[in-house]
Amino acid sequence: MSEAILKVDGVSKRFGSLQATDNVSLDLVPGEIHALIGPNGAGKSTLIKQIVGELPQDSGSVSFDGIVVDRLNAPSRAKLGMARTFQISSLALEVSALHNVMLAIQARSGQVFRFFKPVMSETSLTEPALESLEKVGLEAKADVKTSDLSHGERRKLEIAIALAMQPKAFLMDEPMAGMGPEGSKQLTEYLDGLRYQAPILLVEHDMDAVFQLANRISVLVYGAIIATGTADEIRANPLVREAYLGDEADD
Amino acid sequence: MFRENHINLILLIGLLVVPIIAMFSDEPFIISLSTKVAIFALAGVGLNIALGFGGLVSFGHAAFFGLGGYAAGILASHALNFEPMFNWPFEFSGTTSMPVIWLVAIVVTFFAALIIGTLSLRTGGVYFIMITLAFAQMIFYFAISWPAYGGEDGLSIYVRNEFPGLNTLDPISFFAICYALLLIGVGFSWALIHSRFGLALNVARQNTLRLASTGIAPFRVRLTAFVISAMITGLAGALYADLNRFVSPSMLSWQTSGEIMVFVILGGVGRLCGPLAGAALFIILEHNLGGVTEFWQFLLGLLLLLVVLFARGGIVGILAGGRGNV
Repeated sequence: MSEAILKVDGVSKRFGSLQATDNVSLDLVPGEIHALIGPNGAGKSTLIKQIVGELPQDSGSVSFDGIVVDRLNAPSRAKLGMARTFQISSLALEVSALHNVMLAIQARSGQVFRFFKPVMSETSLTEPALESLEKVGLEAKADVKTSDLSHGERRKLEIAIALAMQPKAFLMDEPMAGMGPEGSKQLTEYLDGLRYQAPILLVEHDMDAVFQLANRISVLVYGAIIATGTADEIRANPLVREAYLGDEADD
Repeated sequence: MFRENHINLILLIGLLVVPIIAMFSDEPFIISLSTKVAIFALAGVGLNIALGFGGLVSFGHAAFFGLGGYAAGILASHALNFEPMFNWPFEFSGTTSMPVIWLVAIVVTFFAALIIGTLSLRTGGVYFIMITLAFAQMIFYFAISWPAYGGEDGLSIYVRNEFPGLNTLDPISFFAICYALLLIGVGFSWALIHSRFGLALNVARQNTLRLASTGIAPFRVRLTAFVISAMITGLAGALYADLNRFVSPSMLSWQTSGEIMVFVILGGVGRLCGPLAGAALFIILEHNLGGVTEFWQFLLGLLLLLVVLFARGGIVGILAGGRGNV
């Protein structure tokens, strides 16, 4: 197995009396989709926030691409190549879909402090931004104000922005949430190929998608990882069945 | 957007036509009022970059307006009194050249805004408003208690400063200077909001988390906007000192911060020519109602209340509809 791009080592976070993440260790290797599942409130989103630098950890360490990133803030980690998508779409609503993607491209280019040239005349921004929108099937909506996009379109825009960042790893927090069966199916197919571009740490509630996509699955319960393994191993794990899969295993 | 461009054009041409008519009908007071509108509008154009485009509610822009004014006043007073400002490393005895004064005003406000912004932008919301106010008040009280430049009484500029090739004491010439700088200010903010930086600033206002997660630090974007905003307001301050040929601590007072904010809100927050519309209305009200009743500011307050409650886009928003920037 090749060297891990992301290593999470013993990360913890406590909010008052709630242990949101408890000594969590996991890694992400090139070419894989590593799914993170667990019941609501298990600490999945907290863990993503700690990895991308939105929340400091109480203890433990995160390294990315061979660099310990514990002291870096979220923008610096994004520049190193972490692209996250949000569980609840987090977009700039008053500008167009295209502008949202262009922002990611200008961030990657490192040239944000330019004051005179109109952005819409910069083909080095508009063209790759349109390409990213095309990849998720949103090119027809490029000039639509983001607040006028439907829920599903906003989910796709989240992915398009992450693609435009050309990251070394994707961290996706429930990308299929509220997408509907057809949308989920399309996105599942898309992510299946995307893993070869950059590995994906995937938090997802859609179990069909998870078992279809994941090379490895980690199960988080009460902030702690109780099992990590392939889909079959996780299905067979009695701890997991008891803690989490109970209902769905009967389907 | 298209309609807003037309309204901007009408506003800018209107401000040019009024003093020209006044010149031919020999009414210098109207020219002087128009000059005041141009200067206040420029101060508002500055604040609009922070407040309108960046969503940074600075209640301390009087600090920059006043610093620009004092830069003009102090430089001119040394030059007119032939008292050197400093002797080392070279003797410098002030200047009455407007371009040099503007440059000094911009440099001084740059450093002031860099310090104030670096400290204030670590907070947000109400705290940001209060800290910017506190800094402006600090400078205000310093100006009052420092006797070297007039203290509470302020500082007179006996002769208006000079601009190469123009007689600045001629009202229409001085208006032309202020109007040209307003045009540059408006043109610059147009370029700014459509640029890469403008996009980042726009997103910083709308969704900080989004900006950070794409790899752009919101703090740097905001600080840059705050500093640019302050420099433009500082330049307006230098012009205002020359218009009145007088600088006093009242330029630094919180009422001045409030007035600049009123121009922006009345005219339309985040609208390119909002500050011009707001400043024009303010001066028209002050001039016309101020003669009728001492309570004209009560009516201004009522108007402001109506705008905030029912017409967030201000005058420009009412006329043009829809939100305009980017």
